Amino acid sequence: MAQREGPATDAATTPTEDPIMLEARALTKHFPVRGLRGRGKAVRAVESVDLTLRRGQVVALVGESGSGKSTVARLLAQLYPATSGQVLLRGEPVKVRFGRRFRAYCRQVQMIFQDPFASLNPIHTVRYVLTRSLRIHHRGLSKEELETRLAGLLEQVHLRPAERYIDKFPHELSGGQRQRIAIARALGARPTVLLADEPVSMLDVSIRLGVLNLLKELKEELDLAILYITHDIASARYFADRTVVMYAGEVVESGDSESVTQNPAHPYTQLLVSSAPDPDKLADAAERPARGEPPSLIKPPSGCRFHPRCPFAMDRCKTESPPSLPAGDGRVAACWLYAEGVEKPAGLEVKA
Amino acid sequence: MGQRVNKVDTAVTSTGHRAAVGDPVLEIRNLSVDYGYDDSAVHALRDVSLTLGVGEVLGLAGESGCGKSTLAYAATRLLPPPGVITGGDVIFHSSRDDRRLDLFAMSDDQLRASRWDDMAIVFQGAMNSLNPVYRVGKQLIDVMTAHRPDRSRGQHRARAKELLEMVGISPDRINSYPHQLSGGMRQRVMIAMALALEPQVVIMDEPTTALDVVMQRQIVEQLVKLRNELGFSVIFITHDVSLLIELADRIAIMYAGQIIEDATADDLYRRPRHPYTYGLLNSFPPLHGPRRELSGIPGSPPDLTALPAGCPFHPRCPHAFDPCDGKRPELQGTGREGEGHRQVACFLHDGYEVAVPGHLAIAPKPREKSS
Repeated sequence: MAQREGPATDAATTPTEDPIMLEARALTKHFPVRGLRGRGKAVRAVESVDLTLRRGQVVALVGESGSGKSTVARLLAQLYPATSGQVLLRGEPVKVRFGRRFRAYCRQVQMIFQDPFASLNPIHTVRYVLTRSLRIHHRGLSKEELETRLAGLLEQVHLRPAERYIDKFPHELSGGQRQRIAIARALGARPTVLLADEPVSMLDVSIRLGVLNLLKELKEELDLAILYITHDIASARYFADRTVVMYAGEVVESGDSESVTQNPAHPYTQLLVSSAPDPDKLADAAERPARGEPPSLIKPPSGCRFHPRCPFAMDRCKTESPPSLPAGDGRVAACWLYAEGVEKPAGLEVKA
Repeated sequence: MGQRVNKVDTAVTSTGHRAAVGDPVLEIRNLSVDYGYDDSAVHALRDVSLTLGVGEVLGLAGESGCGKSTLAYAATRLLPPPGVITGGDVIFHSSRDDRRLDLFAMSDDQLRASRWDDMAIVFQGAMNSLNPVYRVGKQLIDVMTAHRPDRSRGQHRARAKELLEMVGISPDRINSYPHQLSGGMRQRVMIAMALALEPQVVIMDEPTTALDVVMQRQIVEQLVKLRNELGFSVIFITHDVSLLIELADRIAIMYAGQIIEDATADDLYRRPRHPYTYGLLNSFPPLHGPRRELSGIPGSPPDLTALPAGCPFHPRCPHAFDPCDGKRPELQGTGREGEGHRQVACFLHDGYEVAVPGHLAIAPKPREKSS
C-alpha cells in the first residue's frame, strides 16, 4: 500500500498512521451551462479540492447548500467524471466510468444517499434490495450463505430480529429503518470507504443520533473510512474526527473537528459556527459581522471567493486566491490572514 | 440587530393556565382534528389547548407528523380536506379594539376580511409560495388592495417598498420576479407580505427549514427586531428545538397530536419535565461545551393510525411505569412551588407514588433567568 502523504492540506497536519484509503487531489468539476447564452460558460462547482480519507476515520465535509459538497462525494464515487484532478484509491489513481472496473471500484467505495424515501425502490422488498447488493458484489454465493449474509447485514444495522424486516417493502418501514436498510445495502459490498451524503438530514430529529451512532459503531467494527457530508456543523463535531469546511466550491478550512468548531480560523467558518443555534449562549449574542449570500459559481468573485462577505477582507483578497496556510492547532485555512507577516485584525480570534 | 429581546415575563397563577402577561390574543381550546371520516379517521390533533399572549413568541416543536402544521392550519381554518375539525374553539381577541372573534363561527366574508388583517401565516416552503409569473411588488400590492381598497395605488406601492426595506431587501427589487431573488430573499418577501397589514398574530410554519444556518440566523434576527418594533405575536413552528430556545418566550412540545409539555423556553431547556422533551433536547449534539455520547430517543415516531393505548410515548419512554400503557395522561399544571406557568402530560408528575428520575425532577432552587 502506498504510504504517500496528501498534498498541502493534510501533509503537515495528520500525525495519525492510519493508511489513506481514498484521496482527492486538486479535484475540480465544472458543469457546462446549457443554452444559447451559456456558451462557453461553466458552473465552477468544485475547485481544486484536496481530501484524504483514512482507515477508521470519519471526515466531515461541512458547507451551505450549493457549496459543492455533494459534488465532491459524487466525484469520489466516480458518478461524475472530474474536469481535472485525481481520485486515488489506496494510492492508485482511479478513473472508471462503467463496466467491470466501475463495479470493482464500487465494491470498495459505497455511497449512502440523503433521502431513504427516494433511494430505495418502492416496488422491491428489503430481501431483494440486499440480495442484489450481495449477488452483484460477491458472485457465486450459495443459497445458505446468502441467507446468513442477509441476516448478518440486518443484524449489523440493528434491525432485529431479521425475519421481521426481511420481507417488508420500504413503505412499511419508518424513515430511520429505511436509512438503515440503505446502510445495510452499502455494507453488502463489504466496502472500505463509505460516502454518506447527508445521511440523517431527512430523518426525524429524535432518531438522527441513532443512525449516526450506528455509523460510528460500524466504523469501529469494520474499520471503515467515512466521509460524512452535512450542513450541520454541530453534528460534524459530534461524529467526525476531522472536519473540512467548504465554501463556494473550495475548501476553506480543515483540521480536527474539535478545534475547527471550537476555535474556527477562517472567517467563513466563524460565520458558520456563530450562526448555528446555540441555546447556551443566550445572553451574549454578538453582532455578527458577515452578511450577504454565497456567490454565483458561474462567475465566482476573483481572488478569495469569500471576500465580498468577509469582514476582514484586504486588497490582496480581491485579486489573489489564498493557498492553504497553517492556522495553528494543526489546522489549515485558505485565508490570507494566516500568511506570514500579516497582522491579525482584532475580532478574528473567536472564543469557543 | 443581534440583541436579545427581553422575554415576556410570565406570572404565576394557581391554575397554571393562561398566564402570560398581557392578555391572550389567540386562544385555542380543545381543538381536535381528524383526517378522513368514520372509522378510518386518523386523529391528528386531540384536545389541544394553547394560549398565545400579546407580543409573545410561542414556539411549537415536534417531529414530523406530530400535528404541528395541522394545528396551524386548523386554527386559521385553512385545513384542506380530508382534514376535519371535530371539536374545539379558536378565539381571537383583538388587542387594538374590543373585537372578539370566534373563528369557527365566522362567515366566509368575515373570515376573508380577518385574514392578513388580524392574523397572517407564513407557509412552510414559503420560498415556493410566491407566484413565479408576477413581480414580487405586484404580489405585495395585491394583498393591500384587497384589504385597503380606499388607498391609492401609489400609496400601496410606497408601502410595498417600505415593507421590503423593513425586511432588509433593497426597495428597488420591487420589480423583480421571484426567480431573480435568492431563497432567503424570497422568504423575507413572504414575511414582508405577512406583515403588510400589521396583523396582530403571525403564524410561521417552518419558515427557515429550507434555508442554510447563516440565512436562518439573519431571518430570525430580523423577525425578532420586527417583533420588537411592531409588537405582534408569533407562533413559530419548527422541529429545531435549539433554535426555539433562543428565539421563543414559551415553547409547546407536541407528540402524536397532543401537546405534552408547555413551559417557558428557559424552564423547558434547563428543566425539562417530560421524558420526550428531555430526549428531544438530547437529540441535538451541542456545538459547545463537553463532548458526550448522546443517544437520541429509541424506537420510531408513532404511527397515528395505530397509536399505542395510554400515553402515546410509553413504548419509547425509559421511565414508563404502571399507568402509562392504560391511561392517557392529561396536560395539566404541575402545581408545584416555583413552577410558574408550566404544564406537562406525564404520570411521573401526576401524584403517583413513584420516584421521579433526577433529570426530570424539579430543581430545588430554580436558577435565575439569564437574560
